[in-house]
Amino acid sequence: MNSDSKVTTSPLSSMSTPTDPDFKQQIQAICGENVMSCYQCGECTAGCPAAFSMDIAPNQVLRLAQAGFKDDVLTSSAIWLCAGCETCATRCPRGVALSKVMDACRQISVAEGKVAKDQRNVLKMHEEMLRQIQTFGRVHEISMIAAFKMRTGRFFDDVFAGIQMFLKGKLGLIPSVIKGRKEVKELFDKQ
Amino acid sequence: MRIGVFVCWCGSNIAKTVDVEAVAEAAKSFPGVVYATDYKYMCSEPGQNMVAEAIKEHNLDRVVIASCSPRLHEPTFQRCIGAAGLNPYMVEMANIREQCSWVHERTPETTEKAIELTRMAVAKVARNVPLFQNDIGITKRALVIGGGVAGIQAALDIADAGHPVVLVERTPSIGGRMAQYDKTFPTLDCAACILTPKMVDCASHPLIDIWAYSEVEEVNGFVGNFDVKIRKKATCVDPKLCTGCGLCLEKCIVKDVPSEFDEGMGLRRAIYSPFPQAVPNKPVIDREHCRIFNGGKCGVCQKVCPTGAISYDTVDEVVEEKFGAIVVSTGFELWDHSALGNYGYGKYPDVISSIQFERIMNASGPTEGHIVRPSDGKTPKSIAFISCVGSRDDEHGHAYCSKVCCMYNAKQALLVKDKLHDVETYVFYMDIRANGKGYEEFVKRTIEDYGANYIRGRISKIYPDGDQMVVKGADTLLGKAVEVRADLVVLATAMQPQHDAKDLARKLGISTDQYNWFSEAHPKLKPVEVLTDGIYLAGACQYPKDIPDTVAQASGAASKAIGLFSKDAIKSEPMIAYIYEDTCVGCGLCVDVCPFTAIELVEVVDKERSTRDNQVVKTVARINEGVCKGCGTCSAACRSLSARLRGFEGSGILAQIDALADMVKIKK
Repeated sequence: MNSDSKVTTSPLSSMSTPTDPDFKQQIQAICGENVMSCYQCGECTAGCPAAFSMDIAPNQVLRLAQAGFKDDVLTSSAIWLCAGCETCATRCPRGVALSKVMDACRQISVAEGKVAKDQRNVLKMHEEMLRQIQTFGRVHEISMIAAFKMRTGRFFDDVFAGIQMFLKGKLGLIPSVIKGRKEVKELFDKQ
Repeated sequence: MRIGVFVCWCGSNIAKTVDVEAVAEAAKSFPGVVYATDYKYMCSEPGQNMVAEAIKEHNLDRVVIASCSPRLHEPTFQRCIGAAGLNPYMVEMANIREQCSWVHERTPETTEKAIELTRMAVAKVARNVPLFQNDIGITKRALVIGGGVAGIQAALDIADAGHPVVLVERTPSIGGRMAQYDKTFPTLDCAACILTPKMVDCASHPLIDIWAYSEVEEVNGFVGNFDVKIRKKATCVDPKLCTGCGLCLEKCIVKDVPSEFDEGMGLRRAIYSPFPQAVPNKPVIDREHCRIFNGGKCGVCQKVCPTGAISYDTVDEVVEEKFGAIVVSTGFELWDHSALGNYGYGKYPDVISSIQFERIMNASGPTEGHIVRPSDGKTPKSIAFISCVGSRDDEHGHAYCSKVCCMYNAKQALLVKDKLHDVETYVFYMDIRANGKGYEEFVKRTIEDYGANYIRGRISKIYPDGDQMVVKGADTLLGKAVEVRADLVVLATAMQPQHDAKDLARKLGISTDQYNWFSEAHPKLKPVEVLTDGIYLAGACQYPKDIPDTVAQASGAASKAIGLFSKDAIKSEPMIAYIYEDTCVGCGLCVDVCPFTAIELVEVVDKERSTRDNQVVKTVARINEGVCKGCGTCSAACRSLSARLRGFEGSGILAQIDALADMVKIKK
């Protein structure tokens, strides 16, 4: 499936890509969710606030995972555009936390180098955020934005929003730190 | 003549658009009417009391109720005036609701029409004559046609209530389809473990006679009094002498007859019992394959039989028996998928039907429960189950859903995983219809715990590649074409009526639907009855059903028969047809049009042309009063006005038309 495309379903004409039947076990090993529980009712897609921007719908991510179309999932934009709001997980009648499945798919996608080209900035944002937590125990917005912009070269994006946030005191100049920084560091070291 | 007219408001149903008081007022001037009134709910208790009191007070001898359809409340008012001392058939309904107030606005014309309808009813009731019900005796003995689980259950229920039952089965053993199954969804009870005890109960029940290898030839008569001819096919084995030792089966030299019971997956002999737990456990000789009956020399079975039970010169025997009720439980057939070119016309040995797979899984089946491919006996590593093969498919004559396939697909996909742990299962489906107690949960279990790969889509083609079958289909949830390579393909073929269901329907005088399933009297409120009284349906001869539904319906049919037998006599309906023999010319037109086969032609003495010395005989039609439903088709068809309907005589109908014509004339 072409990750650049905005089409949510591909026509029946193309024959299938090779499948990996172990993909569902791989997901389950990471996040504990059994994708086979999904019966494709579509409630996750219906409630998803980000579905409009995804190349494949959230329920299709699950269906592709069930059928073992691993590359289609790993190269999709959908797994990166998921905001992790957990609306899907809250509403799923079969108790499948799709948000966790999305997380697992992101991890596998990174590990196997399958991240879609146009979604790599999202990955960088994630990485910078984690670095912040590793350093301060929480996010210091200004330094995170600075680091993100240095990595992506997109210096002038969202400048106006940044000024407004600063004026409202949302962006503190001095980073605050948390008490359990040692414990947080241990968590990162465990990985 | 003293007629009373009662006009009903039906709350606001009639009064909203019809001036009911004006109707009652107008009725007072109709010929013969001595009393007329209106009331809010004539069918209510005060309303009925009002009618009864008026009958006494005004000495009424006929009554017209101007209200709703006679289909709704005619029986109510028949009972009402009957209790007040009149003959129940001296009431007429003027339908001023369905045929007037509900279909018109409130205008003067609407009230006028209500008055005209009431006037017509008055004209008719003036010509009504008292009618009387007759008592008809009942033979308290039931016939059950078909010895599957439905017939077995119905026979046991009726016999347990104390009535004798004859259970007719055309194959050599009762048990039917259920005896072929391995396990049953959703509880996975072994089919034989729960069925064979019931079969034995039937055989040992003092009130049940099992007539296996027999078929119904002819059915005459009516409710409580059926005369049935049953052909007992020649088995060549004397059931009284045969002990069921099975020696003849072992020694028979014809060994290559495809077994019907194993759906062709195994072989049987020419003298055979369908399966080891058969009831009755007496073999029969299949004359089509036995050498003796095909010009060959043999006679081995006769020689080895230790009790001398076998003789080759037995003939079919036709017996005539009387029954009061008939339960039809003839079951279904499975569609032959060899009509499907894109699935290989049935020529690939590893593309089998679900019932064949059932036999392969069954521990007492041809492979003793080992799951192997028919082509080479190898254990399959991947199996594709295909739903809706012929079902939900107008092009192949089954627009309906076969109802049970979703569940047995899930069952087979689960059981096969239990036996072969490393097998991959694929189930192609259009919808999963798991609407029964514990069914949805069962499918969930198959998918989640037993790892069946469910793919939503139909199959376009099945073809061999190497020693595997390629199943080309679609995953419509993905919008992708998919291919599955399977070692074995199992087709859930459509359930369809028995090939000769139409013949049996004709013998019984019952109707069938467009597919030849037997038609029930009412899809919701009379699901086990048919339009002919005394005949009840049980099981899949009516429509595809699973075992729980079949058994429930069989008990329902049995309770209807028991209810019938709880009376010593039944009341005949007096509003039925009769033949005025003086003018009947015996043309037989009424015989042809009668939907209930209630009319036959008989010869009677022609009184007009006969003299004392010379008796002249003529042919006339005769109504079987027990069968006639009073539909009036014969009286509409009769050219000499000889077929007449009691309660709807020509004189009454013409009086109605005259009354209407009079009123129209007055208006002009």
